[in-house]
Amino acid sequence: MKLYEYLAKRAFAEAGIPVPPGRVVSSPAEAAVVCREIGPVAIKSQVLAGGRGKAGGIAFADWPHEAEARAAEILGKEIRGYRVEELLVEKKLTVQAELYFGVAVEGAARRPVVIASTQGGVNIEEVPEKAIVRRAVDPIWGFRPYRAREVVRRLGLTGNEAGRLADILHRLWQVFRRYDAELVEINPLVLTSDGPVAADGRLNVDDYALFRHKDLPAVEEGSDRERKARSLGLAYVELGGDIAVMANGAGITMGTLDVLQELGGRPANFLDAGGGAGVEPMTRAIEMLLDQSPKVVLVNIFGGITRCDDVAQAVVAARASCGTEVPFVIRLVGTNEGEGLAILREHGLDAYTGMEEAAARAVALARGR
Amino acid sequence: MAILIDEKTRVVVQGITGNQGKFHARLMAEYGTRLVAGVSPGKGGADVDGIDVYDTVEEAVERHGANASIIFVPAPFARDACLESLEAGLGVVVAITEGIPVHDAMEVMAFARTKGAVVVGPNTFGVISPGKCKLGIMPARAYAPGPVGLVARSGTLSYEIAAALTGAGLGQSTVVGLGGDRVVGLNFVDVLRRLEGDPATSIVVMVGEIGGTAEEEAAEFIKGMTKPVVAYLAGRSAPPGKRMGHAGAIIERGRGTFESKVDALTGAGAAVARLPWEITGLVQERLSTAAGD
Repeated sequence: MKLYEYLAKRAFAEAGIPVPPGRVVSSPAEAAVVCREIGPVAIKSQVLAGGRGKAGGIAFADWPHEAEARAAEILGKEIRGYRVEELLVEKKLTVQAELYFGVAVEGAARRPVVIASTQGGVNIEEVPEKAIVRRAVDPIWGFRPYRAREVVRRLGLTGNEAGRLADILHRLWQVFRRYDAELVEINPLVLTSDGPVAADGRLNVDDYALFRHKDLPAVEEGSDRERKARSLGLAYVELGGDIAVMANGAGITMGTLDVLQELGGRPANFLDAGGGAGVEPMTRAIEMLLDQSPKVVLVNIFGGITRCDDVAQAVVAARASCGTEVPFVIRLVGTNEGEGLAILREHGLDAYTGMEEAAARAVALARGR
Repeated sequence: MAILIDEKTRVVVQGITGNQGKFHARLMAEYGTRLVAGVSPGKGGADVDGIDVYDTVEEAVERHGANASIIFVPAPFARDACLESLEAGLGVVVAITEGIPVHDAMEVMAFARTKGAVVVGPNTFGVISPGKCKLGIMPARAYAPGPVGLVARSGTLSYEIAAALTGAGLGQSTVVGLGGDRVVGLNFVDVLRRLEGDPATSIVVMVGEIGGTAEEEAAEFIKGMTKPVVAYLAGRSAPPGKRMGHAGAIIERGRGTFESKVDALTGAGAAVARLPWEITGLVQERLSTAAGD
């Protein structure tokens, strides 16, 4: 789960990392109030999209009336598919230099990596490798203060400032641990005459660890259907084509989409109903597929944990509740295959045993043949 | 021969009193896996289908000489379960559990390294050496003993491929599910290295997917392999930035794309199937070429 900038900064502040003074507001009048209190401000849309600045989601104001006007322009705006409902209004910084500090999970190495650069303010991917210091961390031993000092030394920084920066980097590691983060970034970490300040930040919490972070507000990403599917415990991604797809297991679902595309079809979605989902969530899932108004629905099941009779029941139930005319192409093999086929045939449906034939049939139907 | 597990493997089932644990313990026992004990904290003294249940893994090791474990405990308790079996000295730990926090997984893998043990998964379908030992949740009828080593990130897709191979008379030496999470105990290279050294394996099929760099690293290793490799990759049609079911199946910041994986594997001399049902044909072709050498 990605957290909004202001939540990331709240986590930084709790850990003792300096952030600019400011507040979250949801009206232009409030923006003016904050500006009156703290002077010149940055007004930043709180959306999960990157590149907010280029998309007109960030503005600056020196005076309250100006802050009110800029806030009014940004609130309600669509930024890369997200409507702006909240603004972070905070003190405008006088920038002397911009750094990058981050900690990320490195999947291939199975451990965290600390990343730092003196070239902050841009995506770290765009920074040349020789300007980046990376240090792998033993997840049991942790990232100790002395290692933070060494990273900062390698950036070529010295003196008092180096001490402060090492302290911030070590605290960033603590945020990474405390929040079960997949990624935490300060970018840019701005050097000002008053010392370093985290001007912008990113904190992505591992979805699997949310049970340990019940105090975090749920930040909802994706389309309405994607959110609904998540609430049913199903993995769903909208793709925009006309062949709705349900399969069981991430790999076979991806494989089904690839096959459809290879045969000239256009998949409408990714929907993995695997992992032994019961009749009820699968029924809801198929109803959701029908709600996309597809030309055809392709169900591709190789049942292991997933039982074919459960799938058949869900198909029958969803078709009945939606009263749909949309054709279904079903491929059903595996656990309780016979029972599943019997249920389908009772309701005038049939099933294929091969994925190839089923996919070809779905593509033909979508093309009106 | 086979890799990781065989007829001598003595298995303890962690979480044997839960629905999944009980169900799959029965299926594994029916397959012929030597299930020597179950563990379920607080349920010591019980028995599940004739298998003794203990409170701790150490007790199961002391009494039954268990040397491998399969874990079905819920995600919030899975780190502890994994660490417990590693501490008890088990050499192979298969974590079926889905949804283990990535920080927990990193700790488990670091500890496994210090113990010289192998963790398979998490979020895996497990490992099977057909005819010898099944340590997982895969449908047994998809497999038969034979010369193909199969390694996959995804479960159902690999069942599909294993069943097609078996149907064509191409059995398997060992089939390993790496797991769909971002941090897993075994990567493709770890399994390829073992299959390359396994006398019972004469060809390898690897089933990858978008996201991460494990397939690209595998390609580097394949360059030095003597055994032929056939690959299939899922996720050609996946849009960037979207998680395709598996936590690890996501194209992030331009990395982990389908094209980069296909290019790497093709460049390393692997035969890459465009469609899943082409795999069997490619395996037959490569096997007969290898035999003709």
